[in-house]
Amino acid sequence: MKLTCIMCPVGCQLEVTKQGNDYVVSGNSCVRGERYGKQEVVSPTRMVTTVAKTQTGFVSVKTSAPVPKQRVQDVVDEIGKITLANPKHGDVAIKNILGLNVDVIVTSGK
Amino acid sequence: MRQTDVVVIGGGPAGMAAAIESARNGAKTIIIERNEVLGGILMQCIHNGFGLAYFKEELTGPEYAYKFRELVKKEKNITVMTSTFVTKIKGKTVTIVNSSGIDEIEAGAIVLAMGARERTAANILLQGTRPAGVLTAGQAQKMTNIDGKLPGKNIVILGSGDIGLIMARRLTLEGARVKAVLEINKTTSGLKRNIVQCLEDFKIPLLMQTTIVEVVGENRVEGVYISAVDDNYNFVGEKKFVKCDTVILSVGLIPETDLVDFADINTRTNGPVVDDFMETSAKGVFACGNFLHVHDLVDNVTLESMDAGANAADFALAGCKKGKKFCVIAGNNISYANPSFVHSGDGIAKIRFRLKSNVSKKWIRVVSKDEVLAKKFVMAGLPGEMQTLEVSREKIKGDILLEVEG
Repeated sequence: MKLTCIMCPVGCQLEVTKQGNDYVVSGNSCVRGERYGKQEVVSPTRMVTTVAKTQTGFVSVKTSAPVPKQRVQDVVDEIGKITLANPKHGDVAIKNILGLNVDVIVTSGK
Repeated sequence: MRQTDVVVIGGGPAGMAAAIESARNGAKTIIIERNEVLGGILMQCIHNGFGLAYFKEELTGPEYAYKFRELVKKEKNITVMTSTFVTKIKGKTVTIVNSSGIDEIEAGAIVLAMGARERTAANILLQGTRPAGVLTAGQAQKMTNIDGKLPGKNIVILGSGDIGLIMARRLTLEGARVKAVLEINKTTSGLKRNIVQCLEDFKIPLLMQTTIVEVVGENRVEGVYISAVDDNYNFVGEKKFVKCDTVILSVGLIPETDLVDFADINTRTNGPVVDDFMETSAKGVFACGNFLHVHDLVDNVTLESMDAGANAADFALAGCKKGKKFCVIAGNNISYANPSFVHSGDGIAKIRFRLKSNVSKKWIRVVSKDEVLAKKFVMAGLPGEMQTLEVSREKIKGDILLEVEG
């Protein structure tokens, strides 16, 4: 399977082949690419970045780790339901969102 | 009237890095930022992917800005002036205006770090009516990420710049329908990773060699006529109507040089001409970041701006000592090189450049009088990526030529 690595701006062209019960990644130039190649063919994941409502406006948030690709929209929608009171940079906005074992972190930068 | 060693204009990633390095070199430094907080455009770039080169971790834009703001706070030599606008630069005197009124700052050196602005509909001569709903990718980004408002429901994006691609994903996740991304050229201007994770993940069509013929709509955008183009950008085939309420432009950036009528401008980058000390044609005035030339990664902005800040401090405190001045010539398959001039002497001159077309498994070298001064091997180089080569100044004895071998 041919993939473009999305781990960094280089965008290596990966080739992922099955070998027994494991996958072998070639074309990557770092360990992140190998990890991505394997993950992408088994169960693709993505980081989610969006904004959450606060009492005075909006604040940027991210997931603490990537979530399954098919749950990205659910995560964005779930974050859309909350209103945060006085969020600070680095706060946990939602713990274990949708039971995915991933937290939502405030990235306001302020 | 205030006095300082170095004044840095612009408090984005370039300005913060320049100020930190200026202060660390012993110069009393003032940063002037028109926004309420330091951070610049990073504050609306809520996506991740920043900092991998510099911090070795993946950060969002606001997080990258936060880390630098904390570093700025630690420097006792730095004074930050936010919500402050520069209206004039004359010699090394900067006129500012803020809620306290108008004031002047007399500096030993100036660092210009005002960034770039987006090309607008007028810049690309977009035809048709002028209804509401035509905006740049950065404007759409601010509306969505800072103000929490959707700019539209059915969207056509013109240009495949990275912010356009990132906004395609962002707007889709917020419930808008991105009908297509149009790119007039044969190759995308955005990164491949963004084509994959922002368009392909969401099955958003990317139409290559296609552009908008005309915008249609009275008060609000009602649609666009689009057409394929040939290699010379002539329309070919029949134009097609695409119904939409919003057109987002992601068609490049131009350094914001309005205040800078006193320095020579590089016609290739639209930023100022600089030498290997990042000094412009105006003595004691330095430039860095997207104001100097449009970067691919913020990490590169940081590294470049640190050099500018250190040199500005050196100029203000001791006066830069430079050797003989020589030209930098962009040769085979080099789109442009910064700086335009280098000097002989001590230390290292960093040449930052971009390729004209894709390069695979080739050497890139710096040559002077038939001698190779520096070279590097490139496995796969793209025109969008910024490249760097370092040349030891003691080797520089004449004009230098930068070229891709073969």
